[in-house]
Amino acid sequence: MTQHTLNTRRLLCPLPVIRTQDKVKSLQPGDVLEVVGTDPGIMQDIPAWCRINGHKVLDSHSADHEYVIVLEVGA
Amino acid sequence: MTQQRKAVALISGGLDSMLAAKTVMEQGIHVEGINFFTGFCVEGHTHAIRDKDRAKPKRNNALWVAEQLGIKLHIVDVIEEYKKVLINPKHGYGAHLNPCLDCKIFMVNRAKQWLAENQFDFIITGEVIGQRPMSQRKNTMPIIAKQSGADDLLLRPLCAKNLPETLPEREGWIDRDKLHDITGRSRKPQMAMAAQFGIDDYSQPAGGCCFLVDKNYTAKLVDLWQAQGSKDYELDDVMLLKVGRHIRPAAHFKLIVAREEGEGRFLQGYKKEYTSLLATSHNGPLVLLDGEASAEDLFLAAQITARFGQGREAEHVDVAITDKDGLERVVTVTPIPKAQFPKEWYI
Ligand code: SF4
Repeated sequence: MTQHTLNTRRLLCPLPVIRTQDKVKSLQPGDVLEVVGTDPGIMQDIPAWCRINGHKVLDSHSADHEYVIVLEVGA
Repeated sequence: MTQQRKAVALISGGLDSMLAAKTVMEQGIHVEGINFFTGFCVEGHTHAIRDKDRAKPKRNNALWVAEQLGIKLHIVDVIEEYKKVLINPKHGYGAHLNPCLDCKIFMVNRAKQWLAENQFDFIITGEVIGQRPMSQRKNTMPIIAKQSGADDLLLRPLCAKNLPETLPEREGWIDRDKLHDITGRSRKPQMAMAAQFGIDDYSQPAGGCCFLVDKNYTAKLVDLWQAQGSKDYELDDVMLLKVGRHIRPAAHFKLIVAREEGEGRFLQGYKKEYTSLLATSHNGPLVLLDGEASAEDLFLAAQITARFGQGREAEHVDVAITDKDGLERVVTVTPIPKAQFPKEWYI
């Protein structure tokens, strides 16, 4: 299991979702990815994308107009 | 055992593509969705920037549709490839800058590539004959199938009965009798079908699926092309056209004035790429300057900046002008009087 981060600051949805999708393709099941962005849309879109594709959202929070989603790559 | 056939459905987030996918799923086909991001999609973007829109529920309709259908969705970034579609459409534009027919051909062609890469069998779209004046007419249906190279791998479940048989029907993967024969602009058949499937919440985009059918947006894009002397664009241009008031006092520069805090924060992200202006003696919006400005131009830009802040009636307003390297200087100006600010400057 490895930890990764992805910076999607300034990108507007659905670009953060696309970048997440592309990043996850290069990861292994069980890996953890922290996605950071400035578009509040990611709080809805990335969890929705995770539900569809079988990944697990471990945490989501926001502070100072930044939004963070932590997900675990599914099998 | 018969082979499990697989179809990829173009999912826009609207009702028609949802129903098309559902119709095919009902026949035991494995369906996955594909959604293309051209940069101009109304999805997401629009609501993310302005504070006043933050309270509204935000969802990506394509993701939502996929979730309702219980299918995977592949979102593909086609921003670069889409440029040649928009800049030079073989079949021309619709009412605004929407190259709908070329756009459809492009998307079906991309779906066909995806099909080959992922060992899927055929493509589904939610097209309906007569639904849209430019791209969904009886005579455009074969054009899309042919010019995209998809030919009879392209199935339109909502109007298939009015079109020639396709490969999945001929091969018996799909029962043609269970497909539909919808035509025209009425939405009633789709609504009835939605009710039958128990779908009661769906998005109904008014004009189309993108900003290229929006009059105000495309006016700004035309202005951008005129100003730079060529029909080209970068993703940042496309995004910035959605934000703020755009004011062009001269052919060689324009100003982008934040309308409220959310937009101001968004524009902040561009301070390294553009000269920016902000009143310091009064509250006011962040303004970006796009183009090459002389000292005189900068002074005029500062006067305009002052006009959009709380100092609009003041005699003097201090305005900080910051260049791309972060070098800041402050000028004191009188806000530009209304009489000297022609309406034509607004793009
Ligand atoms: S409305 Fe926009 S996305 Fe939809 S077909 Fe036309 S150009 Fe393409």
